[in-house]
This record gives sequence, structure tokens and C-alpha cells, in this order.
Amino acid sequence: MRGILGKKIGMTRFFDERGNAVPATLVEAGPCIVVQIKTEEKDGYNALQLGFVDKKEKRVTRPLMGHFKKAGSDPKRILKEFRDLSLDAEVKPGDVISADVFSAGDIVKITGRSIGKGFAGVMKRHGFSGGPKTHGQGDRWRAPGSIGQSATPNRVIKGIRMAGRKGNKRVTIRNVKVLKVIADKNLLLVEGGIPGSKNSIVEIRG
Amino acid sequence: MSQLDMVVADQLKTDVPAFVAGDDVEVHYRVIEGDKERVQVFKGLVIKRKGGGIDETFTVRKISNGIGVERVFPLHSPRIAKIVKVRSGKVRRSKLYYIRNLRGKAAKIQEKR
Repeated sequence: MRGILGKKIGMTRFFDERGNAVPATLVEAGPCIVVQIKTEEKDGYNALQLGFVDKKEKRVTRPLMGHFKKAGSDPKRILKEFRDLSLDAEVKPGDVISADVFSAGDIVKITGRSIGKGFAGVMKRHGFSGGPKTHGQGDRWRAPGSIGQSATPNRVIKGIRMAGRKGNKRVTIRNVKVLKVIADKNLLLVEGGIPGSKNSIVEIRG
Repeated sequence: MSQLDMVVADQLKTDVPAFVAGDDVEVHYRVIEGDKERVQVFKGLVIKRKGGGIDETFTVRKISNGIGVERVFPLHSPRIAKIVKVRSGKVRRSKLYYIRNLRGKAAKIQEKR
């Protein structure tokens, strides 16, 4: 498995080899630095800790600075672990991972934090169809409808879909195709939309 | 150039003739049927150009068997073999939606000279 951290830049369109216009998202992926390697013996699981986006040294606490120094890395804003990430050769702390671990045509998973929509009703949050708009039912346009039975069971079943906070959740989309890799600028162009707003951090696994 | 423009810069066409709303154009469009490819010509009046960069599109309107037909083409689509400007028209706005409500002689656009 390969993985990298990236920043969502925005969407555009891409003409594929058949001439079809495909919606595409541009991600600035890497360069990421391997800050720590976690191993089965020592930590109980295998993982690589990657750092992304530079951070001013004066904003880093001294214990955290020590953690970066150990890997010979500049301080980074984002630290994320990728479990069972095996790269071809031996990886050492301080190694740089750049966008060229992926190539055009690869299928990847992309994880990010979705855009928060606040407190949303059932139509927006769960795709309910709402109530009738005519026939004298003026106040039930966006209502959820029945939420259960009467005296039996005399309560609302757990897990009934209702209004509430929508978005701002960790979301993974799978089967995302990589359309283009520009290695020298660390850019990945992937097919379709991905979770999060512009400038949000995403994890790419393939 | 923004990163978004840069990544698709190599897909932009450089050989697009200058045309604006009001012009008559022939769009030579590649049609792929199975493994065969042929070129279809769509000739009509450009009623708008919209968007910029790789997202730019234009709409061509023609009257086919008495029925108005409009087609939207992505300007930089590789499916477009070529665009030929046939005639330039004299119009006073950039979006010619009013043409849709006109028929026959009233829908004619004067040639620019």
C-alpha cells in the first residue's frame, strides 16, 4: 500500500483519451516527510508517521521539536499515521515521499473531513422527500413524517433518522482514479469530487 | 498562472479561430461509433460563449426541419476536429437568447462589414 498527505486545491475539467470531459479535482500531494516508523515489536503495529506543511519553529513546543529532530525533519503542521504502509525499499525517518508514488491510472482511496452543513433537516441530511406541498397541508413541506408506531412499542426506535448535524465528518471515498501526476510540482489530478473544502488536508491511499 | 490552470494548460487548443456571439460557424465534430470514427458538421449561429480557460463552452443554434436545435460544445474538446467561421454577424449583445423567440426573417442577423 502507498500513501501520502495532500491539500485540496480545487476542481477543473479534464479531457480523457476518448475526448470525454471528466470532472477532476486537483490535490497538492506532498512532499511528505517520514517522521517516525512504528513497528510491531515496539508499538504493537506497523505504521509510518508522515509530516506535511511546514510550521514555524517558534510555534513548536520543545518536546515536539525533539520528535522532529530525531527524524532530521523540519517542523511540520500535520502529522498523520498510515498503517501498514510499505514502500518499495527500506524507509528511514527523514525520507521524503512525493506525489510520484502514484501514477496515472491508479485507483486510490481519499479520506478527508467533509464540509460542515450545521444543523440540517431530514430532507437535506437523509434525502427524505418531505410532505405534500398542496391539498391544504401548508405546514408539512419539509417534515420527516411518522417516526414510529403508537402504544406498542411506546417509544421511538433507536437509530431513527432525524434532523441534526450534517457534515464535518471523516469521509472516505473509494475507487478514485488518478488522471494525471505532475511529479515536479507534486500535483495529483483525480477524477470526480473529494471530501472537504479547498485547502483542506486529505489522505490518499492506494 | 494558478495551479489549476497550469495542470490543464496542455489540453487547451491554440488553433481556435476568433469568433463571437452572432457569428455563423461550422463545427466539425468527431463522432465515434463502435471503432469507427467520422466527422459530423453542425452549422449554425453562435448564441453565446461562456466560461473561461478549459471550462469555456459555446452554444450553436440552427433551425433543423423547422425546429430550433441548440448544441453546447466545450471549446477545447478534442472531439472537435475544427471550427470554421462562415460569417460574422452584427449584434449588440453577447448572449443572443432573444433569437429563440423570433422566427423567419425577424431572426436574421445582419452581416458585419
